Amino acid sequence: MPTKVRIPTPLRKLTNNEEVVEVTSTTVGGAISELQGLYPGIKERLLDDTGAVRRFVNVYVNEEDIRFLQNQQTPLKDGDEMSIIPAIAGG
Amino acid sequence: MRALKCRECGREYPLTANHVCEFDFGPLEVAYDYERIKHGLSRANIQSRPQTMWRYRELLPVGGEPTVGTQVGFTPLVKADRLARRLGIRELWIKNDTVNYPTLSFKDRVVSVALSRARELGFSTVACASTGNLDNSVAANAAAAGLKAYVFIPADLEQGKVINSLVYGAEVIGIRGHYDEVNRLCAEIAGKYGWAFVNVNMRPYYSEGSKSMGFEIVEQLGWRIPRHTVICMASGSLLTKIHKSYQEFIKLGLASQTEYLIHGAQATGCSPISTAQKAGLDFFKPVKPNTIAKSLAIGTPADGFYALKVMRETGGAAEDVTDDEIREGIKLLAECEGIFAETAGGVTVGVAKKLIAAGKIPADDSAVLCVTGNGLKTLDAVAGHVGQTRDIRPSLREFEALLESDGALAATR
Repeated sequence: MPTKVRIPTPLRKLTNNEEVVEVTSTTVGGAISELQGLYPGIKERLLDDTGAVRRFVNVYVNEEDIRFLQNQQTPLKDGDEMSIIPAIAGG
Repeated sequence: MRALKCRECGREYPLTANHVCEFDFGPLEVAYDYERIKHGLSRANIQSRPQTMWRYRELLPVGGEPTVGTQVGFTPLVKADRLARRLGIRELWIKNDTVNYPTLSFKDRVVSVALSRARELGFSTVACASTGNLDNSVAANAAAAGLKAYVFIPADLEQGKVINSLVYGAEVIGIRGHYDEVNRLCAEIAGKYGWAFVNVNMRPYYSEGSKSMGFEIVEQLGWRIPRHTVICMASGSLLTKIHKSYQEFIKLGLASQTEYLIHGAQATGCSPISTAQKAGLDFFKPVKPNTIAKSLAIGTPADGFYALKVMRETGGAAEDVTDDEIREGIKLLAECEGIFAETAGGVTVGVAKKLIAAGKIPADDSAVLCVTGNGLKTLDAVAGHVGQTRDIRPSLREFEALLESDGALAATR
């Protein structure tokens, strides 16, 4: 069973309006590269020039912020859910 | 209002319910035509208008006349001489949003803008992710406007705040998790349902409402920008918007260009922004909150980056205070000025005390403290820490015995 990735509204033009897509990579970083193969252009929207996750993008694995896990090295296993969410909200 | 504009890349978008730039996820902000505003707005015509936040209407993002929260704002700016003496500063002012209308916090400002704009855009259901004060304001203002409201809060919020939303008939959803989890869920819900989430898809409009607190401070000081302003930080939005309000008044010639410092206040139990500021960083590390100041308990502050920038650019400082110092701050403000603030107010007073003691706000200077919410909403936080009643029978003898024991106690001190 692959990992489900939830795509936020601002990126759905790239995923043909798909809200949830599937990847088989074993880390968050790997999943982002895999997404780039599936939906060209998505990587530069998520990562900055240094390869770090952009300041205004939050990534969660099973509802936990990857900054509390192992950032892009955070492992993914079958059945995990990864969410990409704009950081600008709330308060 | 001219367009929505990305703060990062400057790309412009139409004035719809949208808060994120498609290209870099940067926050969208309302752009104005200041040249045009400058022609129509003067001190005199502001002063001729009703004493509400809407007297600065040209600088608030609604298309027509506001229809929600038309009575909000213009809260007292109190000269706090007794507190000034206690904290050791020449001049001190309290911007007292504990008595904002109708729900006793600064959130009435942002909500009146968000809901007025939501109506203009044709929404009939409004929603929010809240740490307590926002849901109260959304619930009350939505009720008065005949809008359906869904408010999302951490399930462990203070009783006072929960009841304060339920009473208006709002759908109150308690999330078993902290605010950052509520926020994440709401970001997902907002992408799925066609609701006006005041602090998600309506955030560009909503957040501008906070500027009115700064406009009022300047006008109430006699069109003068205070040298020091101390502001509590949850997402950091209020701090950045008060800075923006000062900048706009300078740009429009309503206040003169002057050097001012913006200082940020957090609770030690949730201090991602103040910790970063003190370490000289321009980014913060998210934290898991653990503080009695639940209204400030945001571990991943959306505007943390910009709040740090404002403090850096104005030469301001940041500081944080423990739960005990927060309670002490609440008591100090109450005992010196007769103002009962919620925990966030205790944070602001506690941090001001520290900054004055450290000389970061010089003793011979003048400061404004932004007190954002009412203490009646967070009674749980101070119950058991403010003494207790002494019960006697309805007997003069017993009362005099009590006075006598007080005298005896005083004599032994």
